Amino acid sequence: MRTYFQYWRDMLRCAFTGSNVYYAWIALLVLLTASGLAVYVIQLRVGLAVTNLTQQVSWGAYIANFTFLVGVAAAAVLLVVPTYVYHREDIREVVLIAELMAATAIVMCLLFVTVDLGRPERFIHFLPFLGRLNFPLSMLAWDVIVLTGYLLLNLHVPGYLLYQLYRGRQPAKAAYLPFVFLSIFWAISIHTVTAFLYGGFGGRPFWNTAIMAPRFLVSAFASGPAILILVFVAIDRFTDIEIRESIFKFLRRVISIALPLNFFLLGCELFKEFYTDSVHTASAEYLFFGLFGHGLLVPYIWSALAMSGAAIVIFSTERLYRDRRWLIAGSALCVLGVWIEKGMGLIIPGFIPTPTGDLVEYTPSAGEFLICLGIWAFGALIFTAMAKVALAIQHGRLRAQT
Amino acid sequence: MPGKSISDESTQKRPQARALRRVEAEVETALKTPIDRRGFLKRLGAAGATATAAVATGGCTTSWDTFFQKHYKEMTDEDKERVFARIEKEAEKRFGRRVTVSDPGPLDGVSFAFCISLSLCNGNRKCVHACVEENNQSRNPAIQYIKVVELDRGTLNLEKGTAYYEGDSVPAADKVYLPMQCNQCDNPPCVKACPVEATWKEKDGIVVIDYDWCIGCRYCMAACPYEARRFNYREPQVPRADINPNQGYLSNRVRPKGVVEKCHFCLHRTRNGH
Ligand code: SF4
Ligand code: SF4
Repeated sequence: MRTYFQYWRDMLRCAFTGSNVYYAWIALLVLLTASGLAVYVIQLRVGLAVTNLTQQVSWGAYIANFTFLVGVAAAAVLLVVPTYVYHREDIREVVLIAELMAATAIVMCLLFVTVDLGRPERFIHFLPFLGRLNFPLSMLAWDVIVLTGYLLLNLHVPGYLLYQLYRGRQPAKAAYLPFVFLSIFWAISIHTVTAFLYGGFGGRPFWNTAIMAPRFLVSAFASGPAILILVFVAIDRFTDIEIRESIFKFLRRVISIALPLNFFLLGCELFKEFYTDSVHTASAEYLFFGLFGHGLLVPYIWSALAMSGAAIVIFSTERLYRDRRWLIAGSALCVLGVWIEKGMGLIIPGFIPTPTGDLVEYTPSAGEFLICLGIWAFGALIFTAMAKVALAIQHGRLRAQT
Repeated sequence: MPGKSISDESTQKRPQARALRRVEAEVETALKTPIDRRGFLKRLGAAGATATAAVATGGCTTSWDTFFQKHYKEMTDEDKERVFARIEKEAEKRFGRRVTVSDPGPLDGVSFAFCISLSLCNGNRKCVHACVEENNQSRNPAIQYIKVVELDRGTLNLEKGTAYYEGDSVPAADKVYLPMQCNQCDNPPCVKACPVEATWKEKDGIVVIDYDWCIGCRYCMAACPYEARRFNYREPQVPRADINPNQGYLSNRVRPKGVVEKCHFCLHRTRNGH
């Protein structure tokens, strides 16, 4: 038990000490988190009226970010499978980072859902005994369960492995491998359930499509590795730990398959919408071309497609992706492209036009923007801290004193 | 209702509360600026400054008593008595009006249905306003259960219709009117959607919401194919004189902030045979 307390003390100390650049980075994140929190307190007092949400468009930036981040969390599986199933030793060196990223993404997801609630203090209505979870009927109830489960899995596995390493002991396979395999299926489930969350209702024809789940997974398998590339480039650049080229190569390959596949699925969807050309095409029409003179999202969706297209070019041209700067640009374009397409481009048009034919547009308010920024900063903060500790332990710099 | 002050009277009297309200309003305008507009950063700075003031006065909107309040279906008769008394007391404190909160249950062998004659509806929206008055709906922001859509005669394409028609008289030439509200669906997607069973279908067919149980996730709004549900983005405001004191727990009592509401078939009337 004493070692365990010591472990936490050492970890916290490690997480909050570093170079001046590191302190500046942490300070920036703390500041942004605090400003998001301050705005959230106002939202608690005033109500969700500080957002630009309306009776017509009742979900917005919070849920859009939530959807994107579920994908990021699921994408960890891309490193987990090669490590534990195919025993790729090079990937094993970084798999913990991916798992910690998944845990961070889930924490952010839960925060985004929480800030979206009108009565967050009633979260206890989700809990066993105190609450009444509408399981298995409600997809949102499913989502809460699978997300919480995935969070626990992704805290347990890296937490256990790091603790054993810290104590200089051999991890017992039985204590983590079953959970690793469970987490592989679980990763697929979180994004599938999140897709069903939208896809299950006939009243929103734009979402009511069978390829929602495959599309979600494929786009996640493009944006997740792109974020990982950015993280690994940063680790490579700002620490003395070197990330092997073979890892970048692996991630690049995944993106160069997933991103075009995402385009293909989008194309299938568009064919269904526009060739059928029923009244239900209105949302897609609004998104891509504007409807009755309203076209707030049109520039966003086309720039998202352009970004993804540019990323495909970069990831399939050797001369470009070998260059670190192009690699960074390509990854950033991929992340941004998917973020817009899946967030604003998928959630908002579901509400436009409304079932009664009302057409109300939506852009996030400054309040929503600050709260979102705060959650992103908080995510970056806990991820930075966790990754720093994990790397220190893995590279033998943080060990139990015996 | 422009020009008419409709904030609750009790807070109006306290200058301190008034000042707080002003700060809040200011912060809110700043926060609500769409993020693509110019001057956003300037506004942001202003919001930050006033926000700090507001944070200092920030408070909790719920008490322990309501925090652990049971789901409607799990309440005993004594629980209900206590809860209804609390709601009545709160209404009295806030609006200075005595109200009664009742809970008429579904009647045996009764199943409700409603009919609207589209050939008779002339689009005057009297039902919309009668509904607002009966049901203590927020006047600011305005929440209405019934939405009347004006359509060209001969079409039912709702996208081509409008709920915002104006003019001196109705019906307009060559138009038809389609009033829409909750249809109390037989297989309601909103009920399926709700993650915490805050909304359900009663045995007489009415789909109700426990406003003290709803977490305000708005998933039911996404699920409803008739756009029947409304969310309280802020504390509902009803002028003191307009309060309907005959209130039902599952129907027309003044709703809390941050929960969803919708047409409840006036169950406090219909179940009593009115
Ligand atoms: S709220 Fe919508 S889905 Fe639910 S019963 Fe009413 S009309 Fe049907
Ligand atoms: S907003 Fe309330 S009633 Fe609607 S799904 Fe959420 S908890 Fe249920």
